[in-house]
Amino acid sequence: METAETRNRKASPKPGKLGREVQARLGQQLRAMYDDVVNQGVPDRFADLLNRIDGNGNKDKH
Amino acid sequence: MPMDESVRKAVLGAVPSLRAFAISLCGNVDRADDLVQETLLRALANIDSFQPGTNMSAWLFTILRNHFRSEYRKRRREVEDGEGRYAETLKTQPEQYGHVEFREFREALVKLPADQREALVLVGASGFSYEEAAHICECAVGTIKSRVNRARTRLAELMSIAGADDFGPDEQTRAVMAGGGE
Repeated sequence: METAETRNRKASPKPGKLGREVQARLGQQLRAMYDDVVNQGVPDRFADLLNRIDGNGNKDKH
Repeated sequence: MPMDESVRKAVLGAVPSLRAFAISLCGNVDRADDLVQETLLRALANIDSFQPGTNMSAWLFTILRNHFRSEYRKRRREVEDGEGRYAETLKTQPEQYGHVEFREFREALVKLPADQREALVLVGASGFSYEEAAHICECAVGTIKSRVNRARTRLAELMSIAGADDFGPDEQTRAVMAGGGE
């Protein structure tokens, strides 16, 4: 059965029909958010982790 | 065998982007850093399966994503609680958009289905091609494209931009969202 709601949904614009300006704005916000984390660089814990693994001779598994 | 210097450099070089991806997946910076750490340990334990000359970053992203997927189901509640803490990871807010719009963007991003969010982030922020993103997500290129499209459309809907009046019976939803968020 078709209700007003399902009719409306069918009539709504298909994905990919966003204006270029809107897409650009969403893209900029996404990158701003992402780059904010990227710009924090490599926290010490990860550099330390690699040093530790390296120091162990990378655990001979064989 | 000590770690090869080029491997070490490539792994460390991928860390900032891995963190950003991890935070976008789980919305919680502490959990994201644990996820990155577990990813690095797994990767280095299996470094023999990395094929030199292929994309180290894509390989690490794949491991991180798989690990997150297997852990995610166990920790769903924690994930849902994560958004509030996300703001704490952001040292600066892009001023050109204003505080409110940026906050709305983050809230909308968190509401996307996980499949769509990761596709959007990989292509729109991490800089992977559709093909690389498809490889990371183990799906078809067309699937990635459609997820990215749906993600953008949904974001615009959630943020009430892009002529949201055209979107039909969402008046109420938007009214609730405009007043909500706390």
